[in-house]
Amino acid sequence: MEYNLTTLQPALPEIFLLSAACLILVIDLFLDKRTRLLTYGLSLAAILGTIAVAIGVSNSETQILFDGAYIRDPVADVVKIGLLVVTLFALIYAKDYLIQQDIYRGEYFTLVLFATLGMLVMASANSFLTVYLGLELLALSMYSLVPFKRDSEAGSEAGMKYFVLGALASGMLLYGISMLYGATGALSFTDVSAAINSGQADEALLVFGLVFIVIGVAFKFGAVPFHMWVPDVYHGAPTAVVLMLSSAPKIAAFALAIRLLVDGMSGLAAQWQDMLMILAVLSMGLGNLVAIAQTNIKRMFAYSTISHVGFIFLGLLAANDKGYAAALFYSVVYALTAVGGFGVLAMLSRHGFDAENIDDLKGLNDRSPWLAGMMMLILFSMAGVPPTVGFFAKLFVLEAVISVDMVWLAGVAVFFSIIGAYYYLRAVKVMYFDKPESDQPLIVSFDSQAAISVNGMAILLLGIFPAALFGVCQAAFG
Amino acid sequence: MSFEKFLFYVFAGILVWSAMMVITRKNPVHSVLFLVLAFFNSAGLWMLAEAEFLAIALVLVYVGAVMVLFLFVVMMLDINLAELRAGFVKSAPVAILVALLMGVQMVLVVGADRFGLSSMPAPEPKSADYSNTEELGLALFTQHLYAFEIAAVILLVGIIAAISLTMRRRPDNKYQDPGKQVVVKAKDRLRIVKMEAESTQ
Amino acid sequence: MEILIALWDALPLVVQIVLQIVAIMGPVLILVAYYTYAERKIIGHMQVRMGPNRVGFFGFRLMGLGQPIADAVKLMFKEIIIPSGANKFLFLSAPVLAIATALAAWAVFPFDAGLVLADINAGLLYILALTSLGVYGVIIAGWASNSKYALLGAMRSAAQIVAYEIAMGFALVGVLIASGSLDLGAIVEAQSGGLIHWFWLPLLPLFLIYFISGVAETNRAPFDVAEGESEIVAGFHVEYSGMTFAVFFMAEYANMILIAALTALMFLGGWLSPFQGTALESWFAWVPGIIWLLAKTFFFMFCFLWFRATFPRYRYDQIMRLGWKVFIPITIVWIVVVALMKVYEAPIWFS
Repeated sequence: MEYNLTTLQPALPEIFLLSAACLILVIDLFLDKRTRLLTYGLSLAAILGTIAVAIGVSNSETQILFDGAYIRDPVADVVKIGLLVVTLFALIYAKDYLIQQDIYRGEYFTLVLFATLGMLVMASANSFLTVYLGLELLALSMYSLVPFKRDSEAGSEAGMKYFVLGALASGMLLYGISMLYGATGALSFTDVSAAINSGQADEALLVFGLVFIVIGVAFKFGAVPFHMWVPDVYHGAPTAVVLMLSSAPKIAAFALAIRLLVDGMSGLAAQWQDMLMILAVLSMGLGNLVAIAQTNIKRMFAYSTISHVGFIFLGLLAANDKGYAAALFYSVVYALTAVGGFGVLAMLSRHGFDAENIDDLKGLNDRSPWLAGMMMLILFSMAGVPPTVGFFAKLFVLEAVISVDMVWLAGVAVFFSIIGAYYYLRAVKVMYFDKPESDQPLIVSFDSQAAISVNGMAILLLGIFPAALFGVCQAAFG
Repeated sequence: MSFEKFLFYVFAGILVWSAMMVITRKNPVHSVLFLVLAFFNSAGLWMLAEAEFLAIALVLVYVGAVMVLFLFVVMMLDINLAELRAGFVKSAPVAILVALLMGVQMVLVVGADRFGLSSMPAPEPKSADYSNTEELGLALFTQHLYAFEIAAVILLVGIIAAISLTMRRRPDNKYQDPGKQVVVKAKDRLRIVKMEAESTQ
Repeated sequence: MEILIALWDALPLVVQIVLQIVAIMGPVLILVAYYTYAERKIIGHMQVRMGPNRVGFFGFRLMGLGQPIADAVKLMFKEIIIPSGANKFLFLSAPVLAIATALAAWAVFPFDAGLVLADINAGLLYILALTSLGVYGVIIAGWASNSKYALLGAMRSAAQIVAYEIAMGFALVGVLIASGSLDLGAIVEAQSGGLIHWFWLPLLPLFLIYFISGVAETNRAPFDVAEGESEIVAGFHVEYSGMTFAVFFMAEYANMILIAALTALMFLGGWLSPFQGTALESWFAWVPGIIWLLAKTFFFMFCFLWFRATFPRYRYDQIMRLGWKVFIPITIVWIVVVALMKVYEAPIWFS
């Protein structure tokens, strides 16, 4: 194909973000202590610019580029814009935390930008090669962000654990991909899907490969029984990194699952449906039950993530457009909520003190009613209490499951989310009814304050008008 | 048995043997050296498959660069093997069972009936003036351009990650900066002063 | 003559190849021996001394021409000492590894148009791969000796070799872009057209960096910190004696000759006559190409000795800085320049 600005136009978001990240990397070298906030500002500008470009190139058609390696379709648009917005929030919340903990370095921002690029690549991957490379780009950036606080032993250990398990998962994924390549002789999802649907490919080989791919995807999502890394990494990594780790990658992981399982292997839906069902039930069960026992709020959020991943899988395993739309809605909503939750934790921290226990939330209402209100909205949304958006996210997913006659699964999901509501509400209780342990004033910078307000209000407003976002998700799969 | 087939079995045999040695040797330096041997033999196998560019690149990149650094690090490490092996006996039965199960499954699925010569025939041997270096270059820069670019970004991230994880400036450290030292000119260090001879009174 | 050719064709292929190898190895090894002699003589004269001038043949002194032979005989009869606690197998295989890579590279080296043992179309890559293996001899020797000094020396010289190999590799990428081929014969042919068409001019920075890196690769002065007598004695081969030491010694000199020959091949037009395209071309048409190649190679071999007699030794951190912070950036920039020249068909060289 001919390469010029017209033919490359659908890939402009990636190109823009890559150029911006490289530029910021170089500019950061020349900044001193006085001007170092420029990196932060430029990173925000880069993300905002990418959002603008992504909106600019979005349309209802499907475009395939680079000899079938790249696809731009409405799903890619929604996923990209969603994860970029969440990343924007994460960067704003992270800035003050980084400064207070003395780990403000330009590499944080460049690595986050490269991780975001990796997620964009995953979102519009149309071949096994691209999806794998995007995943590695994201993972490699994250591996190096987790031990970002170099003097922290827990951080280094978490980084090592994350790296080793992540590499193992990548190996599994690659092995599965090689099986599918062997069976179909193609790397592009269009060709793989055609080969599977034609019935020529060897069934046993396909399923064998599929198992490894599902394991790889489950690892990246953090679904039970491949969840071992999640609590330790959330616990050990600095909050600024967990902000990034817990939010946007979930949307990207959804894209990964859609590309691999739906675009590439819709012909094997009957097989992966069963696998996802097991993963979903285990994740919802174990995540919610273990979360109750946690006193560390980062670990609690980690287990809650695991249970939310179970819900996303519920939407996926419905294996119809309604289910996919519900899962997309759920992952965007979850990412938005999680980034807010960790954002509040970041704001509660100050120099020499890292807010990470549930007790650190004590009496938040007395110290800052507005922040407590936002945190309450976030926790309600995670628990699925109306009128927050989390309620509708759960509702749509359950609807999708019921629509394919799996009522028992919906029952299990409801049961576990009621159990889950307990630990979210406990945190709310701690904020409102306990006495504060420290009387130090909470100093929150203007940009964080503004961002958390927008974030909390979005959770409430989307809950009142869920169709605004859900309509977009449905249109993407329409 | 043709000569090529004989060579294949020689390379493959040494490859499997040295791979076994890598994981069974007590001394990590020996393990690394056996890994080097394994790379050489896989390069030989690729050579037999007429992938000479990849074969030489494997030796150049892995043996010539990556393994040298490995060796470098391993030689300076003082690894306590007794400690590493402490949990081995306890978990060995489970590990062996899982490995056997996986092995059997893999052999069943990835057997000769699926990947044998009948289902995947060997490609036509190319003529002598066929350069697979050139073909690889063409494929990389046209068909796989996107993947190639992302791979480059991944390498860049690797560099940034390595530097951000390891480089720290300790302000109390005394060190010389050769970059500043080499730009010093003689007149910065030495001033020749002309003095009048002192008059004798 | 015809009888000889018929006789040659009648030989089995294996014998032919062995004879060809001997025809290359013999002269190379003799060259190595007399290179050591030349080193002592040349540096001696630069320092206004005589150099070796006693050992000759059959009672004639012949300016000490017998010296290398006498040295070789002496080393052969010395005891090979294996240190206690050394890993015997690795200790003895290290020198073999060192010399094997230095000699194996000659397999693809073209001495004249078509005069090459193995004409493979990825010759440059093969040479790059083999020269990158030389470092194993050094590392293994240092480790297997079970000696602190040897290990420290090995670490130093390995770090140095790895650092300069990158710059060297990049310099070769420049050659590769300029000639458009990995085939060493084609690289020489791409330079034909006379003195100014040789790659030394369009690739001037790469040419200089390649040769300087070559000096550093072989751990020669002024980059010979691997054997700092005051700090780590003789470096990685401190525990070697007799023939094992001699083999390391030979490997070092064989590598120097290889670097010199490769520089001549890739930047100074190999076997091409310097008078190509001038009025003198027909006057020198009778000179065989191999003579030109040898003349160019000898020039670079002389440079190695000249450096040793002239320059003071670099400090270790300066060596590292030069390799990583100066040479690698320059080579990367010049690769881009060469690529641009090639794409836009710069006059004289690439049009």
